[in-house]
Amino acid sequence: MRKKIRIFQPKLSWLAIPFALIFIAYFVVPLILTLIVSFWDYTEYSIIPDFIFGNYVYIFQGCFSFEDGLCLTFKTYISTFFFCFFTWLITLLLGFSVAYFLAFYVNSLPLQITLFLICTIPFWTSNVIRMVSWIPLLGRNGLVNETLISFGLIQEPMEWLLYSSFSVVLALVHLYTLFMIVPIFNSMLRIDKEVIEAAYDSGANQFQIITNVIIPLCKPGIIIGSIFVITVVMGDFLTIGIMGGQQLASIGKIINTEMNYLQLPGAAANSVILLLITIFIIIVMTKFIDIRKEL
Amino acid sequence: MHKIGSTGFLIFLSIFVSFVIFLYGPIFSIILLSFQGPSGGLTFPLNGFSFYWFGELWRGSGLVDIGASFRRSIGLGIFVMILTVILSVSAGLAFRKKFLGSDLLFYTTIASLIVPSIVLSLGVALEFRLIDSLIITFGEMLEIQSIVENFQTSLGMYTSGFGAQLTWTLPFGLLIMFAIFNRFDKSLEEASRDLGANSYQTFWYVVFPIIAPSIVGIALFGFTLSYDELARSSQVMGATNTLPLDLRGLTTTVTTPIIYALGTVTTSISFLVIGFSLTLVYILRHKKIR
Repeated sequence: MRKKIRIFQPKLSWLAIPFALIFIAYFVVPLILTLIVSFWDYTEYSIIPDFIFGNYVYIFQGCFSFEDGLCLTFKTYISTFFFCFFTWLITLLLGFSVAYFLAFYVNSLPLQITLFLICTIPFWTSNVIRMVSWIPLLGRNGLVNETLISFGLIQEPMEWLLYSSFSVVLALVHLYTLFMIVPIFNSMLRIDKEVIEAAYDSGANQFQIITNVIIPLCKPGIIIGSIFVITVVMGDFLTIGIMGGQQLASIGKIINTEMNYLQLPGAAANSVILLLITIFIIIVMTKFIDIRKEL
Repeated sequence: MHKIGSTGFLIFLSIFVSFVIFLYGPIFSIILLSFQGPSGGLTFPLNGFSFYWFGELWRGSGLVDIGASFRRSIGLGIFVMILTVILSVSAGLAFRKKFLGSDLLFYTTIASLIVPSIVLSLGVALEFRLIDSLIITFGEMLEIQSIVENFQTSLGMYTSGFGAQLTWTLPFGLLIMFAIFNRFDKSLEEASRDLGANSYQTFWYVVFPIIAPSIVGIALFGFTLSYDELARSSQVMGATNTLPLDLRGLTTTVTTPIIYALGTVTTSISFLVIGFSLTLVYILRHKKIR
């Protein structure tokens, strides 16, 4: 009979208690309170415990009559989805290409780590400064306009470069492409190189290998990256605020404004709706993968 | 396939190089512009070269008290960093074995990473405002003078602020711990126990040296993400402002290169912290191999 090897492993599960307590106090309870307060009433000075649907009714006021065109809420969501879609598309294409280059063309591990870190370092610096740093390039007298004028390509400076939807998407891509690169790169590193060799030997060209072998095998990475980018843009209020010159609408900005005016139950109701939409998007996307297997 | 020098290589190399320029170009342009002379503006061309705007920044002319918010951000960053390391490492150890609610805790952590930051900030702010009303009601009921007269709010950097930031730093910490323990060779621990080490000795002499580079990585995430955090912090810092909060205010009011000087200073600090951490990771890894 084989002797059972006794592995001495003390029970360490209690070590997760402090970690769990932080998430209860600063994540679970706040979200529950948000849900509760979204049914409360409020005046200019205070919030009043109650159970009313007024905050939700107010959000969708006039949304289902379509007499005066779209209501503010629908317009804001359409604007938010617009930023989501373009940011998602560009970060996906760019992030995939960068990850593909790092995973398949860079063969030395130290070089691969170095180039990967070069992509990561800006993530650890200030988002606000990264946004501000576009001003000297995109402004009315910025580098882009000055250069194009001096080459005679345009006569007048282009006004839409800064404080526009263009600069918002540009800044979002600038800030969040890394969220695509990391999970896609991680998926690509797990692909057995022999599978690609086999496809190549069977006569597939590079485009076919990417579409028929690499993309299907990277699906989990692509989905995780997409969830990150879409959720971060759905709730964004800083980038759309700063890079949009405080002129463009997003659902995050509405919540932020309501909070600044202490209309907390209204902000809570908007948050609940935003959260439900975000959860819906995530559920649809995670139908395809098991996140835990990807670590 | 994937040969260096092929057409495909050149295409993806040029995408990669363009991406790196796109990533770093803007920040280097504001670093350049922060060294302009006194007549410099917000855009190119450079108007002379001087340290004038850094001097202005140092004197704090025309700004809110940047020095104070800077010190507050550093202090909070260090506090969040220490908590992130301790909590992530201990939770990481717990997660090596399944325990009651481990799946639930894991998914809660992931959910915290992707919940819209503004929603979280609102929730935490609500929680502490409700605590405020409880304290005030309590104070009035029992007629406690100090509460009735002086109590303002329980919102603050070290009550609500650090917690909101932890919901952002801890998921990264836990994911790093998962990544290291998924690749961890358990036979090393068994060997250590066979040689008579108890569990504390096994942790400090066997496990800890192996995970040390990852712990430095967690510390790097903890500090930098807290130091620069804005979205989750926006509603929960109470009466005080951290540096990113002040910076956001300045983007709409300041029209001189002083904001670039500030950007250069805070980015340099981030770069120093990153450089120091990555060097430490490098040293620890090579010590391990030797």
